[in-house]
Amino acid sequence: MNPDASTIAAGAPIEVDLSPVAEGQDIKVFWRGKPIYISHRTKKQIDEARAVNVASLPDPQSDEARVKSGHEQWLVVIGICTHLGCIPIAHEGNYDGFFCPCHGSQYDSSGRIRQGPAPANLPVPPYTFVSDTKIQIG
Amino acid sequence: MSGPSDYQPSNPALQWIERRLPILGLMHSSFVVYPTPRNLNYWWTFGAILSFMLGMQILTGVILAMHYTPHADLAFKSVELLVRDVNYGWLLRNMHACGASMFFFAVYVHMLRGLYYGSYKEPREVLWILGVIIYLLMMATGFMGYVLPWGQMSFWGATVITNLFSAIPYVGESIVTLLWGGYSVGNPTLNRFFSLHYLLPFLIAGVVVLHVWALHVAGQNNPDGVEPKTEKDTVPFTPHATIKDGFGVACFLLLYAWFIFYMPNYLGDADNYIPANPGVTPPHIVPEWYYLPFYAILRSIPNKLAGVIGMFSAIIILCFLPWLDAAKTRSSKYRPLAKQFFWIFVAVCILLGYLGAQPPEGIYVIAGRILTVCYFAYFLIVLPLLSRIETPRPVPNSISEAILSKSGKAVASVAVMIVAAGALFLGSVQDVRASEGSDKPPGNKWSFAGPFGKFDRGALQRGLKVYKEVCASCHGLSYIAFRNLAEAGGPGYSVAQAAAFASEYKVKDGPNDAGDMFERPGRPADYFPSPFPNEQAARAANGGAAPPDLSLITKARSYGRGFPWFIFDFFTQYQEQGPDYVSAVLQGFDDHVPEGVTIPEGSYYNRYFPGHAIKMPKPLSDGQVTYDDGSPTTVAQYAKDVTTFLMWTAEPHMEARKRLGFQVFVFLILFAGLMYFTKKKVWADSH
Repeated sequence: MNPDASTIAAGAPIEVDLSPVAEGQDIKVFWRGKPIYISHRTKKQIDEARAVNVASLPDPQSDEARVKSGHEQWLVVIGICTHLGCIPIAHEGNYDGFFCPCHGSQYDSSGRIRQGPAPANLPVPPYTFVSDTKIQIG
Repeated sequence: MSGPSDYQPSNPALQWIERRLPILGLMHSSFVVYPTPRNLNYWWTFGAILSFMLGMQILTGVILAMHYTPHADLAFKSVELLVRDVNYGWLLRNMHACGASMFFFAVYVHMLRGLYYGSYKEPREVLWILGVIIYLLMMATGFMGYVLPWGQMSFWGATVITNLFSAIPYVGESIVTLLWGGYSVGNPTLNRFFSLHYLLPFLIAGVVVLHVWALHVAGQNNPDGVEPKTEKDTVPFTPHATIKDGFGVACFLLLYAWFIFYMPNYLGDADNYIPANPGVTPPHIVPEWYYLPFYAILRSIPNKLAGVIGMFSAIIILCFLPWLDAAKTRSSKYRPLAKQFFWIFVAVCILLGYLGAQPPEGIYVIAGRILTVCYFAYFLIVLPLLSRIETPRPVPNSISEAILSKSGKAVASVAVMIVAAGALFLGSVQDVRASEGSDKPPGNKWSFAGPFGKFDRGALQRGLKVYKEVCASCHGLSYIAFRNLAEAGGPGYSVAQAAAFASEYKVKDGPNDAGDMFERPGRPADYFPSPFPNEQAARAANGGAAPPDLSLITKARSYGRGFPWFIFDFFTQYQEQGPDYVSAVLQGFDDHVPEGVTIPEGSYYNRYFPGHAIKMPKPLSDGQVTYDDGSPTTVAQYAKDVTTFLMWTAEPHMEARKRLGFQVFVFLILFAGLMYFTKKKVWADSH
């Protein structure tokens, strides 16, 4: 009952062009049926994410570990709440990040869980920068 | 099933069969001469009611499956077409959907009856555990069945429930992938849920056979909790129990029919009339009412894994009930303390159900935690403790002695409590959106409201005109075919008029012999063409907000009625939240934006729209559409007409539903009356 061959094939890596995404905006693409948020973060959002004491977080992880160095402005996360799988809304909540409407989990501008029932940070999908304005997810 | 039967059929052919397969003797000893305690009350008829409901669900389900398409792109539409085009499809669907709720309602009564009268105690432990297994199977079946219509609640309910398994350490993620057959809830998930939803009821039927077998070995418990000792304590199953169960089923059918014919959407969620969309989560995800207490337990525990464990143990703990409650006295009738705690427990379950439908914030979370503790305390502290400290009242020596000393205390008061509690519980689903506040749409006088409601033909024809001239430029009506305009219960056009109406439209057809697509005039069998080729085009042309299809809009929109209105609604048959909302939104535009509300660029203020900022500009203004029949050409009249029309598009067979409902009620009331007097006659010398 595991995924069949066509489902696996459809889950192959995809390329996303980042050039149309302005600073402060984000786009949502689907990969393997999952929504992936790609945020072009502002300077303020990056600073907020880096100013946090990592040890105080429910799921400690530094912002540096969640983005690719040299591309700090881009945050790529799977937009599925780690609680029960709803889709969080971008640019909402108290932490300049994501807010899940189902059970009230709040994530910061690095996609890390800050408040609510979710146990873990929004996962970062496997991706690489093909060029400065293009990434490959998967 | 109670020992070898001495039954001998008189017919030689039957004798021939009986010598080779003693099935008639089995039936005879199980359902004819089988001794049942004389003092059983009406709570014991729920066993028969449940068997009846299982049969009903399987029968309607098999026919529904003949018309249903289990594919992510087609499932929603196939359910709608089933309701609209299949002969009595609306009836089948209502029977199946309301039947699930009725099945659970009956099983809860059945379980609480077992709890109250100690039916799980020695020697009926296996019987009880088989019952818990049936209940678990029912929950799985009900959940997968709710996924099949592939509406928003189906999809997101499936997402939330399957994600529960991701809480299991190490193997959780792979289990969830296995359940989905993909990387998220999608077409493979729908396919396998359909297959399992078809399979599980037959497993339930199998376990029911074991349940009945175990019951007939141990014998039925009874309200006094003393085993039958002499023949005077029992009566033969047929005709006594058969006729009493028949009367019970007839009464239950009255409640069932009330939902089928008059309140088919009362227990459902309006969001499930919106097709599944993996990109948008509804604001509140609420399971069906029968899972709400467990959902409340899940949400009240702040840790994910602990929450899932808590939820499942709330059910599994029932398996251990025979050993948690070690009291020798079975029936709570003779246990003064246990009786009180039982009713507190019932109240806790109902309140948990209420909380399960509320948004998880503030006071609701705290109340949920307290009640979760109460729920488990009943099983883990109260029952074990009571069996040690409680002094029960003396039980009668035999069933006949109990009947002779019967004081005839009011069962009615208990029944009233159950009904009131049940209504509160059932209706709590409706309360979901109450917290969103905002202005509630004003009520209207609709021609189609109430048990004898009919559509106002003039309003339908005028509403069609308003749709065609105003709404159709942005909104589709894709489930309505031109032929529907000439069908009974609709706007009352003739077939020729509908054909003429259709021919005014250009419909895309093809490919022709040259392989090209071409346009031709519409035919009655064609559906209303949509203004945009796809959702993305609709979104792009309308500033990012796609105008929804209007076929189902009056059922897909609702607003919270709030406590206690949803209870009154059950009795007054008020179910026009959708039309009230649609009509209110059409009239709720105001150029003057009140203090404290900010409307983003490209949106408009609407008093009744949730959040007040709507992308649709004011669609109607006075005098915009001309009427030939002299009706006032005002926004209020337009709104009323087009809403009536949209109520018809959402449910074209509403008049047939209410008409058949009346006939069924007349029949059922007469039938139940006859059953009652037959039962009285049969039991005349047994009481």
